[in-house]
Amino acid sequence: MPAPTVVVAKQNNALQIYALDDLAARSGLEIGLPLANARAICPELTVFDADPVADAKTLGDIADWCDRFTPLVALDPPHGLYLDITGCAHLFGGERALLQTLCGALTRRGFVVSADIAGTSICARTMTRHASGKIIADGEEADAVGPLPVSALGADSAITSGLRRAGLKTIGDVAARARHEITARFGAGFTTLLEHSLGQGDAPISPRKPLPDYIVEKRFPEPVATDTVIAINLSSLAGMLVTAMDKQGKGARRLEASFFRTDGAVRNITVDTGRPVTRPEVIDRLFRERLDALNDPLDPGFGFDLIRLSASRTEIVVQQQRDLDANVHDNDELAALIDRIAARIGGKRVVVHLPQDTHIPERAVLAVSAQHHLAAATQAAWPDRIASEPPLRPLRLFERPEPINVPFASVPDGPPHQFTWRRVTHAVVRVEGPERIAMEWWKQNGEALTRDYFRIEDAEGLRFWIYRDGLYEGELKSDEEGEPVLPKWFVHGLFA
Amino acid sequence: MTGARMSTLASLRGRIERIEAGADTHALHKVALGHAEADATLCGGLARAAVHEVFAEGHQGAAATGFIAGLAGRVTSRRPLVWVRQDFSEIESGALSMSGLAELGLDPRLLVTVRAADADAALRTAADALACDALGAVVLEVWGEPRQLDLVASRKLTLAAQASGVTALLLRLAATPQPSTAETRWIVRAAHSPPSAPWHAWGAPVFDAELVRNRHGPVGRWIMEWKCDECLFSEPAANPQPLAATPAHRPHQAAAYAGQRRAG
Repeated sequence: MPAPTVVVAKQNNALQIYALDDLAARSGLEIGLPLANARAICPELTVFDADPVADAKTLGDIADWCDRFTPLVALDPPHGLYLDITGCAHLFGGERALLQTLCGALTRRGFVVSADIAGTSICARTMTRHASGKIIADGEEADAVGPLPVSALGADSAITSGLRRAGLKTIGDVAARARHEITARFGAGFTTLLEHSLGQGDAPISPRKPLPDYIVEKRFPEPVATDTVIAINLSSLAGMLVTAMDKQGKGARRLEASFFRTDGAVRNITVDTGRPVTRPEVIDRLFRERLDALNDPLDPGFGFDLIRLSASRTEIVVQQQRDLDANVHDNDELAALIDRIAARIGGKRVVVHLPQDTHIPERAVLAVSAQHHLAAATQAAWPDRIASEPPLRPLRLFERPEPINVPFASVPDGPPHQFTWRRVTHAVVRVEGPERIAMEWWKQNGEALTRDYFRIEDAEGLRFWIYRDGLYEGELKSDEEGEPVLPKWFVHGLFA
Repeated sequence: MTGARMSTLASLRGRIERIEAGADTHALHKVALGHAEADATLCGGLARAAVHEVFAEGHQGAAATGFIAGLAGRVTSRRPLVWVRQDFSEIESGALSMSGLAELGLDPRLLVTVRAADADAALRTAADALACDALGAVVLEVWGEPRQLDLVASRKLTLAAQASGVTALLLRLAATPQPSTAETRWIVRAAHSPPSAPWHAWGAPVFDAELVRNRHGPVGRWIMEWKCDECLFSEPAANPQPLAATPAHRPHQAAAYAGQRRAG
């Protein structure tokens, strides 16, 4: 015979029952009872620790699965879900059939589920506390919730016990009183809750995800599991999505594919694009790239029974004349290539460069995502180079300047004769400099010292950009013993 | 008998020529580098729609980068350039600086950088980019000798380049040449600055470029100077230095002083 099972959590420094099963409830245990008392009542108790994080995750997974019924799913923690099925029920053969499908599927997976359909979310929630599988028609809310105890409303325990002490046992009793009395005693919030449960007014639910602009989906009576079939279906969905968007002159900037597995797991895959996509082949290709590059590949398990493709961000497409202006066409192809690469290796890894208005070498250029800033980057105004000058800035720049060892300089402010970088000593043959770059004192980097940059060529012909951190007079002070502080030298870049 | 065999051979040769001509429609386009001798050796210049490799030792990375940037500048002709590089190469030899690229006379507006995590991703991205015919060139910068970059990968890049007409430039840092299907292969080292105006201690970038493989012609070794203003390679104005490496026993101090004096 299975033992009664309870879940305990620590509250007020004592382990109390947090949840229990039917068997435990029948033995006389209840939520909130200290564990010691429970053990005294029922010695053969099986005890688990509560894990609210795992609970929340499970609820989230169930909500993901519920996305198959409607895109509007809201969480009602700790263990409730609202589904707005307005306009969805007919797809599943009516409200009753939908309710049966949902309850049946969740029960088969071992969840105890209580679900009801009503005109307002609060009314439905109140009903689930005491009965499952009911459908409350419009206008019958008051009759349906009337006989239920006040605890079903889910108000604060203080309010519930206050109502009980006042002799108001059922929701019907409370509803019979004048509203202003209830408000005076229990607050306006409770009155609103009561009215909503009676079907007078409705609070909007807050769905977990924003409603996508366009959704297309395909259900499979026989689950699909092979890559080829999945790919074919995805491309036909892409075609449907584009047709839907095309009617309103829209293109997709963010696409989301959801794969619903037969065992309830849902996998969402998102693809961002740099400019609105209007061609099914492009969508198809982007998803192929993305699916190929997934770290944990799409696992069909026993197959997917629903594949959904949605455009969660769209933009109006401006049709461009491209016959004569080849440049526009080129940029389009480049943007498509950038999208494909970004889908494969991530949008942050494909960058274009924008000049910045600063003379600090490492901040002079900003690398930004190519998907979002391609147009800005192709129009950026770069400072002109000075004609007939050799390059003034190195071709390769170290993100962090690398320290070098300089034995001595001919004059304190002068360039070194030789230096050691990465354990190799370089003899300085030609020097140009210094180019003095002072830090931006008007910004919050008071620590930074003025740098004297030297362009240096060594005996081999290698060219370096090195600098001394700090000026001798002014910035580099003597330490406590009166010894002068030696400046630090760095290699910041390499010239071609 | 012999005559029949000869005619068979001749007809086969003819067929192969036709096939090769069909595959190499883009190969006819060549871009002159500007260095007369090198252009003569390359029969007119660097072939578009082909793979060119530039090898350099680790510490010569910047020189090789400058050389390949020059090749890219010659080949792209105002079309976008995609530069694919590996994370490790950035740590080892520094990130490609846009200011530096602009100083070389190239346009940073036309550059898209792809920061691939490893050689595998870099190679794949480069092959993808090569298929896009809107580009002028694709530079693939790889550090060391990853095993993925073998003859098969090289063949794939060549085919992609031929199909789209985009030039592939491989920058191989800290690597030694291996068999590949590249059209040309260069080994690049830094060379000394050309003597310039007395108020300059140094001048334009100068490369010691050794052409070690040329599929359709002889090889050679030249000192090339990059003219930043014209975006062109050229012979160094006057090359006082011998091609041989500088003697290692040269006293450092004297040379350093000489440089400084020239700097004024």
